[in-house]
Amino acid sequence: MTSTLTPEQRGAAPVPTPPQGNPVGRALRYLRSQLSQTGLFLALIVIVLFFQITTGGVTLQPDNVSNLINQNSYILILAVGMVMVIIAGHIDLSVGSVVAFVGAVAGVMITRMGIPWPVAIVLCLVLGAVVGAWQGFWIAYFGIPAFIVTLAGMLLFRGLAQVVLGGTQISPFPDGFRAIGSGFLPAFGTTGYEPLTMILGALASIAIVITQLRQRSIRRKYDLEDEPLVWFLVKLVFTVGLVLLVTVLLASYNGTPIVLLILGALVVVYTLVMGRTVFGRHIYAIGGNLAAAQLSGVKTKRTTFLLFVNMGVIAALGGLVFTAQLNLASPVNGNGFELDAISAVFIGGAAVTGGIGTVPGAIIGGLIIGILNNGMSILNVGIDVQQVIKGLVLLAAVAFDIYNKRRSGGR
Amino acid sequence: MADTILEMRGITKTFPGVKALQDVTLQVERGTVHAICGENGAGKSTLMKVLSGVYPAGSFDGQILLEGSPVEFRSINDSEAAGVVIIHQELALSPYLSIAENIYLGNEQSRGGLIDWNRTNLEAGKLLRRVGLKDNPITKIVDIGVGKQQLVEIAKALSKEVKLLILDEPTAALNDDDSAHLLGLISQLREEGITSIIISHKLNEIEAIADKVTIIRDGRTIETLDLKAGEVSEERIIKGMVGRDLESRYPDHEPHIGEELLRIEGWNVFHPIDRSRQVVFDANLVVRAGEIVGIAGLMGAGRTELAMSVFGHSYGSNISGHVYKRGREIKVNTVAQAVENGLAYATEDRKRYGLNLIDDIKRNISGSALGKLATWGVVNGNKETTVANEYRKSMNIKAPTVAAITGKLSGGNQQKVVLSKWMYSDPDVLILDEPTRGIDVGAKYEIYTIINRLADQGKGVIVISSELPELLGICDRIYTLSEGHITADVPRAEATPEHLMQYMTTYRETTEA
Repeated sequence: MTSTLTPEQRGAAPVPTPPQGNPVGRALRYLRSQLSQTGLFLALIVIVLFFQITTGGVTLQPDNVSNLINQNSYILILAVGMVMVIIAGHIDLSVGSVVAFVGAVAGVMITRMGIPWPVAIVLCLVLGAVVGAWQGFWIAYFGIPAFIVTLAGMLLFRGLAQVVLGGTQISPFPDGFRAIGSGFLPAFGTTGYEPLTMILGALASIAIVITQLRQRSIRRKYDLEDEPLVWFLVKLVFTVGLVLLVTVLLASYNGTPIVLLILGALVVVYTLVMGRTVFGRHIYAIGGNLAAAQLSGVKTKRTTFLLFVNMGVIAALGGLVFTAQLNLASPVNGNGFELDAISAVFIGGAAVTGGIGTVPGAIIGGLIIGILNNGMSILNVGIDVQQVIKGLVLLAAVAFDIYNKRRSGGR
Repeated sequence: MADTILEMRGITKTFPGVKALQDVTLQVERGTVHAICGENGAGKSTLMKVLSGVYPAGSFDGQILLEGSPVEFRSINDSEAAGVVIIHQELALSPYLSIAENIYLGNEQSRGGLIDWNRTNLEAGKLLRRVGLKDNPITKIVDIGVGKQQLVEIAKALSKEVKLLILDEPTAALNDDDSAHLLGLISQLREEGITSIIISHKLNEIEAIADKVTIIRDGRTIETLDLKAGEVSEERIIKGMVGRDLESRYPDHEPHIGEELLRIEGWNVFHPIDRSRQVVFDANLVVRAGEIVGIAGLMGAGRTELAMSVFGHSYGSNISGHVYKRGREIKVNTVAQAVENGLAYATEDRKRYGLNLIDDIKRNISGSALGKLATWGVVNGNKETTVANEYRKSMNIKAPTVAAITGKLSGGNQQKVVLSKWMYSDPDVLILDEPTRGIDVGAKYEIYTIINRLADQGKGVIVISSELPELLGICDRIYTLSEGHITADVPRAEATPEHLMQYMTTYRETTEA
């Protein structure tokens, strides 16, 4: 289309104006523009407070916090892998069955074949990679939609779990193995606040403050910062406060759950993978616009394949932790876990169409589900009503997200 | 005295920021074939969408008179009820339904709420015979070729008791035999009293079957020529299509042309799905360092197909031929290989194929060369930001920061992000497909300046464009492409719009090796 603009109109493209006005107004405006992330965080806090009040303070009792972490670790572990799959625009329905399968194989290796449990753990993680490679091959190189491949995998690995167990269940497991699911770091001191946990909590808080300050100064240096200082400080104080609160609660009970260390490592590693590595960036590129990624020279098939290998390893890890916690390898382990993980990811702000989502978001989503489970159990809400409420929370979270996007897109 | 079936008076249609049609008039006589000609983007399709109710009455100014009385179509259903049926360039058939089901889609032959399959198939069979098809009406659409699908579309139009049939580029996707058959059918329908409006780039076809031709340029009616009354040459039509002044919208540029960078020899490409249809025929092409080479061709000539097939076989099937860089043969079987070998391709459809619209500027810019920013697979975010900021300044990308989401930028700025992405991959040869499509005049000037700068850095630049003035304004040499054949290689000094248009509309056997 040839238009007849005068040369004076050259360069008349609209320039988005930088935010202006007083700091408080700016902070509020920023808050509104970031409503989806902020809202998630606020929702978590509101839900915690709600249960804290309705359960008469049981929710934040030291023993309950400790249980909460142990019992929901599997959702959080699986959510880390699932969010990556969903960012790439795929889905994995097989993780629950892989949990059962890997647990079954671990049981046979450790109790029947007498393989030392640390070796068995490594072998099981390799097995997870093989499972992922199997599914990744069909998805990436054969072009079958992930929904179909992993639906088949859901049946396949559930069946294989039964085959491996030969219709039985395996229990008990050695203490060393059980520790990865329900153990604690060795405790020092006899009474009051356990010192090792306090030191770890303090170190984590310092690490958070340092990295946040450093990132902010880098963003400022490159002129990318639009987060108001007030809001930055509020967020920082809140995050550190939360870490310290959990630290104190854990320290006054049994100390640091080993699974919390596993989770912490997963979150740190995969946040870096998604944010800072070529692999992670290619996952976002594939989910955001597959055709554009291909035409930019991204090896989309290989990336998708590796993504599912990674998911397989994480599902295997989830299977080991869950089996250890339950002290039981059973063919019905992990039933429906895929749905918990997928819910966590979507509550955590990921987009069904791909390209959007974060590891910390998925963790917060998983925590919301975990606290709902825990709080409703304390309140003696029936399993039927629990499901209704969880369904509505998922729907509300995604509806809120879509509403938010439409609103900001309309401006 | 002439029996006018359709009259469009003073049609003006405005899109935000652009006047697509300005005071267009069109008169079509009953029982004729009326052609509409114009360059890509002249407004032909918009005019037909106004006529068929795709753009409802009220969204444009002007009046439409059908058989003498004013009509206001609010939707396609209204216009079809009045006997005006449009067949779009992209066929609108449902591939897994049968021919008969498609013909009566939305107009199902039912009795008492149940579909009368006997009548459906019987009537469909009659219609098929009218358009010269012998296929069984229960054959699925996927099982017949594009040529037959086009005829099914016409049969569908006939089922609606069409008075005025509009065909938008009906032969663009057809081979010679199918085209000839279709044109024969249009003449036959004329004998039966059905009036047709045909939009086409192929001047030989227009000469062969049209009674009159109306030429549209820049959204205005230029003239209507009577093809039956006297000799109207193709040159005459071309003059009407391109006859406009070259404004000084192009920056001055002194080329410094060096050694040969890229040579493509004997390049053949077939359609990716319809594998028997050849899209590019034995193309040969050379680009030298510091040279800006244009590829001119009308829609469907195979410009994008040629470029994308060279860029990592990202289009087509059965690709054969050789690509040489600085005289050494290179492989371009995957996009990654093409990029490694110093090729870059900036797509004509930047929203679909060029950008991750939900991600920010810096990550889009680094997208094709992330490896340059990474050590051991870890991306150096600071370096990335620095690089993106450099491009933001040098390319004059208007955004508050490089963390701005690309989906919210204007077309011109999006295009600059795409160009930055490919400049950062540091290619030797850049293929720019419609680099200024959908961009305002000011930003176009900036893009031309960038193209000149790339050439001055010793890179070879291939520019594909539908706008001849643009090619004439910036290129050192222009290839013309017609129906998949490279028909000429014209130096800038010898190129005129008429000259180029002639090569773009005629495919000559003699050019085939």
